[in-house]
Amino acid sequence: MTVTTTEPAPVAPIPASSSTRLVDRVFKMRELAIFVLLLAILALTQLGNSAFLSEQGIKDLLLNATILVLVATGQALVVITRNVDLSVGSTLGISAFAAGTYLQSGGHPVVAVVLAVLLGVGFGLLNGLLVSLGQVPALVVTLGTLYIIRGIDSIWVGSRQITAADLPDGFVDFGSAGISAVPWLALIALAVLVSTAYYLRHFGSGRELYALGSNPEAARLAGIPVRRRILLAYTFCGALAGLAGALYLARFGNVDSGTGSGYELTVVSAVVVGGVVFTGGSGTVYGAALGALLLTSVNSVLPALGVSSVWVLAINGILLILAIAVDRIVALRVASALKKRNARHG
Amino acid sequence: MTHRSAKDPAPVLALRGISKSFGAVRALRDVSLDLFPGEVHALAGENGAGKSTLIKTLAGVHRPDSGQVLLDGEPVTFHGPADARDAGIAVIYQEPTLFPDLSIAENIFMGRQPRRALGRIDHRATRTATAALMHRLGVELDPDRPARGLSIADQQIVEIAKALSFDARVLIMDEPTAALTGSEVARLFGVVRALREQGAAVLFISHRLEEIFRICERVTTLRDGALIAGEPLAGMTEEDLVRRMVGRDLDELYPKQHVEAGEVALSVRRLTREGVFTDVSFDVRCGEIVGMAGLVGAGRTEVARTVFGVDRWDAGEVEVAGRALVNGAPSAAMAAGLALVPEDRRAQGLVMGMSIERNIGLTGLRATRRAGLMDRGAERSRSLDWAVRLQVKYARIADAVSTLSGGNQQKVVLAKWLATGPAVLIVDEPTRGIDVGTKAEVHRLLSALAADGVAVLMISSDLPEILGMADRVLVMHEGRLTAEIPRSDATEETVMAAATGRAAA
Repeated sequence: MTVTTTEPAPVAPIPASSSTRLVDRVFKMRELAIFVLLLAILALTQLGNSAFLSEQGIKDLLLNATILVLVATGQALVVITRNVDLSVGSTLGISAFAAGTYLQSGGHPVVAVVLAVLLGVGFGLLNGLLVSLGQVPALVVTLGTLYIIRGIDSIWVGSRQITAADLPDGFVDFGSAGISAVPWLALIALAVLVSTAYYLRHFGSGRELYALGSNPEAARLAGIPVRRRILLAYTFCGALAGLAGALYLARFGNVDSGTGSGYELTVVSAVVVGGVVFTGGSGTVYGAALGALLLTSVNSVLPALGVSSVWVLAINGILLILAIAVDRIVALRVASALKKRNARHG
Repeated sequence: MTHRSAKDPAPVLALRGISKSFGAVRALRDVSLDLFPGEVHALAGENGAGKSTLIKTLAGVHRPDSGQVLLDGEPVTFHGPADARDAGIAVIYQEPTLFPDLSIAENIFMGRQPRRALGRIDHRATRTATAALMHRLGVELDPDRPARGLSIADQQIVEIAKALSFDARVLIMDEPTAALTGSEVARLFGVVRALREQGAAVLFISHRLEEIFRICERVTTLRDGALIAGEPLAGMTEEDLVRRMVGRDLDELYPKQHVEAGEVALSVRRLTREGVFTDVSFDVRCGEIVGMAGLVGAGRTEVARTVFGVDRWDAGEVEVAGRALVNGAPSAAMAAGLALVPEDRRAQGLVMGMSIERNIGLTGLRATRRAGLMDRGAERSRSLDWAVRLQVKYARIADAVSTLSGGNQQKVVLAKWLATGPAVLIVDEPTRGIDVGTKAEVHRLLSALAADGVAVLMISSDLPEILGMADRVLVMHEGRLTAEIPRSDATEETVMAAATGRAAA
């Protein structure tokens, strides 16, 4: 079927319109801005303390960021669908302890990691089912599962504790080793990050996550399997929280019933600071990872500069509010720019 | 126009005895409908007659309780919108359903993107295909531009491009012209006619009767969920159609009473808001209805918002009954006797989840307060009084506004503002998307208000409404007031000429 309008169709070359370039620039700028801020913080700290960016310093920085990057990547997927998963901290804690218990009883490290991931998948599925079938706000549902999972964890773990001494040496070594300054754990996180970003950009179901976060009703009408996609996002998020649990165990070798408690708030902050908009439909996992990197850097920078670490939380909060303010201002600017353009062409 | 149905009697899509209930509400009762290829079919009926339910049944959103959907004569069951789409049925809803964060290209091909190896999306092919579609439609829209901020007309073009992209055989358009200007409607009709030439079946819903007669060949009329008639339009008059829709003869649609204009109630002088509108001056007198016409985006709504104080002005002044208004202060405007019934009743006029009583009560929170606390009894009696005066149809006054039909929602917004006893009433698109019966009631109400000495400024894109109701017509074009036409000289031609900037006003 070909259609020609009754009005003569002007031969219109596709203009690389000013609005598109403006919008593109703004969104790229958003991630670029965090990157620049991150570099500036690191450079300033290096000036103040020349030992900061030593090989060991860089390694510590990357190790600290790894786990947050992983969980933030999963969380970003959920936030893009206009939902949130507050139970990631609890999932991380219980997965870490499960993997630890299994290793304690002489299990194989690879199986332990798989076990942690599967446990995360299970809790992710639970969250996804509750949110997509229950039609209840994700904030409330996952607040509930946060406490449920933490409760199960506390009952099961009790006052027990797993320490590095209980774990196979290879596993603990793996947690801190790497190629010169780049730890293995960071490489794992990087691989997960890059493949998730590729998936979101180049696969239909990835784009559909953005679509349903951008306009859920339109997504339903476009025939997108909304429930399945939400389930997918939560399952993926849970899996990464589980994986992060296993890596946490390898990195710190120390797990008890409080592990990962309160972590969800850091994760959500990282995602939002990284430019994944809380109302869904926009942002990238790279942004979320940069946000995670920025927050952990602040964590490491302050002690290196001799500032008390009690400042960390306050600074995280300031970054969060700053990020939201910047988003808001940029959104207003873009809207008025687009409006003016429409008026001109009108 | 040819009646293809005569020589090609096989309907591409048909409904047979469809019924659908939502709880106790019977939305559709035993409705049948035939859509023929190469024909534009009108679906007529008042708000709440079941048109939306019927469309959603065709679109696979609702499944009928009983009855059959026939595709090429074969019974089919749509399990969801994707099934209907795969059957070649495209629906363009009243409010376009786009993804604001995604590009135009992604909006068009969401769920059906061209693929490369391993199921990856071919972004370049998506973009090229979108550019080709835009070219076919004769529209200049950048495929990479996000849908956010597109005008309603452009959003509909994107929806039509979406329908074209999967070679839709059936195109369903739910009030596509409600928010369009004359030239945009002409562009849309050009596209619809071209689709019809290609053999597509089109189902067209509009509250503007003249549009139905302009583009449709056949009409199906619904009333209270039941099928009234399915017949060719040839030989029918607008009166015939209205009688089928409302089930009775309609009093005059534009019952304008002649009122001697009094003192100047609202005076706007050289009002400017940078980048939006420039140097706008006009008066509205007591007892006058002043129409404000213009294309969508000409700045009419923005002028109203600025006069009322929702937005700030950069230069100029506004006086109500000789007293200057403070810039950017809606509460001062209200105190001075100004009321604004906004364009978008769902987003700006009503709190959808709140009761009728509370919605009407919102403007009286000061008046019905006793010692700082709400006097619930006073609020209720004030709301009831106005709901009754405006003949709002509701079950209980404590019901949520969202349960009302569009026309009755609009009456609630009017009640909310009339309850403030305004001296100047600004109404922005007072009858958009409401049925003929309610429309006539709203017009009668505006006329009665003017007769009582209220100064009315009526913004409308419905040209017959402007011509039928206004004592004077102000016309805006690209942010400027381009003409002021007295009732005696106002015709479709003079107003459209000024609205499109062709007039030497």
